[in-house]
Amino acid sequence: MGIEEKLPAGFLLTTVEQVAGYMRKSSIWPATFGLACCAIEMMAVGTPDYDIARFGMERFSATPRQADLMIVAGRVSQKMAPVVRQVYDQMPEPKWVISMGVCASSGGMFNNYAIVQGVDHIIPVDVYLPGCPPRPQMLLNAILTLHDQIQHSKLGVNRVAAARAAEAAALAATPTHLMAPTHDHGERRSLLA
Amino acid sequence: MATDSTIFTAADPDEVEQIDDLDETVDVYAAAGEESEGRVFNAVGGDWDDIVGEVGSRPEERIVVNMGPQHPSTHGVLRLILELEGETVTEARAGIGYLHTGIEKNMEFRTWTQGVTFCTRMDYVMPLFTETAYCLAVEKLLGITDQIPARASAIRVLMMELNRVTSHLVCMGTGGMEMGATTVMTVGFRERERILSIFEMISGLRMNHAYIRPGGVAQDLPAGAIQAIRDILPEVRQGIHELELLMVENPILKGRTVGVGYLDLTGCMALGITGPMLRAAGYPLDLRKSEPYCGYEKYDFDSPVRTGADAYDRLWLRLQECYESLKIVEQVIDELQNNPGPVMVEDKKIAWPAQLAVGPDGMGNSLAHIKEIMGTSMESLIHHFKLVTEGFRVPAGQVYASVESPKGELGCHAVSDGSTRPYRVHFREPSFNNLQAVAAMCEGAQVADVIVAVASIDPVMGGVDR
Amino acid sequence: MTETPQSPENLPAGPGATPEPVQRGERTGMFGARDTGDTSGYGGLRTPILFPAAAVRPYGGDFDVIADAVEAAIPDGHVERIVVDRGELTFVVARENLAAVARALRDDPALRFELCLSVSGVHFPADAGKELHVVYHLMSLTNDGRRIRVEVTAPDADPHIPSVVDTYPAADWHERETWDMFGVIFDGHPALTRILMPDDWPGHPQRKDYPLGGIPVEYKGGTVPPPDQRRSYN
Repeated sequence: MGIEEKLPAGFLLTTVEQVAGYMRKSSIWPATFGLACCAIEMMAVGTPDYDIARFGMERFSATPRQADLMIVAGRVSQKMAPVVRQVYDQMPEPKWVISMGVCASSGGMFNNYAIVQGVDHIIPVDVYLPGCPPRPQMLLNAILTLHDQIQHSKLGVNRVAAARAAEAAALAATPTHLMAPTHDHGERRSLLA
Repeated sequence: MATDSTIFTAADPDEVEQIDDLDETVDVYAAAGEESEGRVFNAVGGDWDDIVGEVGSRPEERIVVNMGPQHPSTHGVLRLILELEGETVTEARAGIGYLHTGIEKNMEFRTWTQGVTFCTRMDYVMPLFTETAYCLAVEKLLGITDQIPARASAIRVLMMELNRVTSHLVCMGTGGMEMGATTVMTVGFRERERILSIFEMISGLRMNHAYIRPGGVAQDLPAGAIQAIRDILPEVRQGIHELELLMVENPILKGRTVGVGYLDLTGCMALGITGPMLRAAGYPLDLRKSEPYCGYEKYDFDSPVRTGADAYDRLWLRLQECYESLKIVEQVIDELQNNPGPVMVEDKKIAWPAQLAVGPDGMGNSLAHIKEIMGTSMESLIHHFKLVTEGFRVPAGQVYASVESPKGELGCHAVSDGSTRPYRVHFREPSFNNLQAVAAMCEGAQVADVIVAVASIDPVMGGVDR
Repeated sequence: MTETPQSPENLPAGPGATPEPVQRGERTGMFGARDTGDTSGYGGLRTPILFPAAAVRPYGGDFDVIADAVEAAIPDGHVERIVVDRGELTFVVARENLAAVARALRDDPALRFELCLSVSGVHFPADAGKELHVVYHLMSLTNDGRRIRVEVTAPDADPHIPSVVDTYPAADWHERETWDMFGVIFDGHPALTRILMPDDWPGHPQRKDYPLGGIPVEYKGGTVPPPDQRRSYN
């Protein structure tokens, strides 16, 4: 990216991280990616009652070239999936994704042929926001969580180290099908084990 | 012509014609290849003049512009494919299906009551109308249409008319925003929030309520609901009046909407258009008046009609319909205040059990009912169990039930094979039908008029694609 | 003249006098258990799935007026069956005659069904030779908002039905949707392409032999199969 990538780890890099994090989180421009019902709640967040303008985010950028945050609001159908990917690719770094609603997070109530079961099949997601649809306050909570993440994200060599640590943790984690069940399902034990 | 952005073809440098005065960027999504007809340009910004100049020198080539599916002004994921000659649209086609969810097939695997939760998410701006159309169809199949209690029908009318106001506010708000008038959107959504708080008080949710169930409604109005509605009515009326002042005599808005999106009565008849578009073309078709359902014949209201058949008339019509809806709401809450009663059909084999009351924590916890089914009445317990797990059986046959939704006639064609699940449910969504008019309304107009015309159709893509 | 119990007016009608309900399939068992493990005791039950029979005159309301007008305007034999059920009038028409019937329904002054509201498909895999049903809902504005339904059938082996787009342009997208979802080919449609699914999607999703799709859902050691493969009781 820039000179901040080339700084050695240390006090200077940490300060730059904090400043860059603060700058980035205070000026996010979301991309208009409202798909279905969650889009209406996302529009409601932009209105005076819930007011996303206090975070500087009221300028929804129609063009992905000028957007930082993609809020995937609504169910992603099979026909729409390549479009989601294309718009995500057209956004310049740094970019973040909030999958708003259960349909974007996991397919929601539509476990069928037409809906991608979670937009994280196609693009990397930073914050998952459940709800059907989530209230505007819940979306603001997700945005604030993302702000926290951005504020504390690392740069340069620290970022490489953090990514390696996250990868190692993920490789060492228990897969879901080997986790201890919370209760006994009788004969309906996992078909995968 | 199959220039599909989803077909990935690597650009073979030998096949791509060299354009000397353009910055040739290789885009894996829009590369020229054997499948594409003619040259594909990738406009990266600031080079539109170059492109037009290049094309202008070859008069036999057409410019096809793809608007959407991701676009700020296409009312959801609608793809408009426009063939342009300068600023004039010579051909317009609508590409839909980007929100197809398979809801109708999903409903075949759930009980009749659970179907309400699915169908409500089709047209998410007017969910209560879809619920009502579906429940009217199920009740027709069951043969219990005249056993629905009057209070349940009145509550249905109340919720539907409030939903009509919110739907029109969304239409006018987003329409105004697409034309550049952001205040229209903020005012419209501000009023909508007042009504959404009423919905939340009554049904528990702001959107996608699943409140209207076959046999009646899920639960009665909580204490204080009627007073809350009385409190917001003057405020909503004032807000709609503000919108009227902003829009109706506004010369810029008139310049952008008068004469735009013209579709006269012949066109409407040919394309099966109903709703505000038909009433703006002069024909006074309103199912609430011609085939009343849910007790609409008791209420005194008008169904405004205009003759201009353009976007301005449709906008004016929607404003007036909001006022008429508020008139109906006033009459209904007077009726509800004076007539307590059941809100579910009496037949215990169909009625959704557990007429719960919303407690102070927002959760349903009617201890009286729980005491009854666990303590005294074994039949209640059995009915509760069977209705929730298995559902009720509906005799075989097919029906078509329709309601007058804010966008037109919303019909539900339900086929039952005698079991506890729908065999086939198909919704005649007005947005799906009315969107066919895009080509008729936009060809010959300017590109900016396409936006206004589509906004005046008021399509909601969830209803179009289902 | 008094009627004795044995006089012809008093005898019940013999078999075949009134039309039989239409059977489309058979239901096994009572509670919808589809796989092994049906312990309800009703596993041996076989009930036919019966749809309403053809109606007998008088139909009631203004259905007789409509039926008379249809008989007058449309040649004999075009209408196979008339069903009156739950306050709705359905004309079952053979598919070869559909275009002529639609044109007469729209143009005849006594009928004038100007609005074609919807075209929807239904798939009955158990109805041999008539698996695909396409249902048209028509409404007349000139004649007091009357509504009728026209039903056409086609076998799975030859899913062709004439298109009514020449008569009712509104049916354009509805027929495309029925093609997309059921595989019914409308002969004469100007551009019969997929409308809801992607253009290169294989199969027709709303047919009964097309699975619902969906994936099993895992949560902390337990797996729930997709809705069409779960054990269910209804």
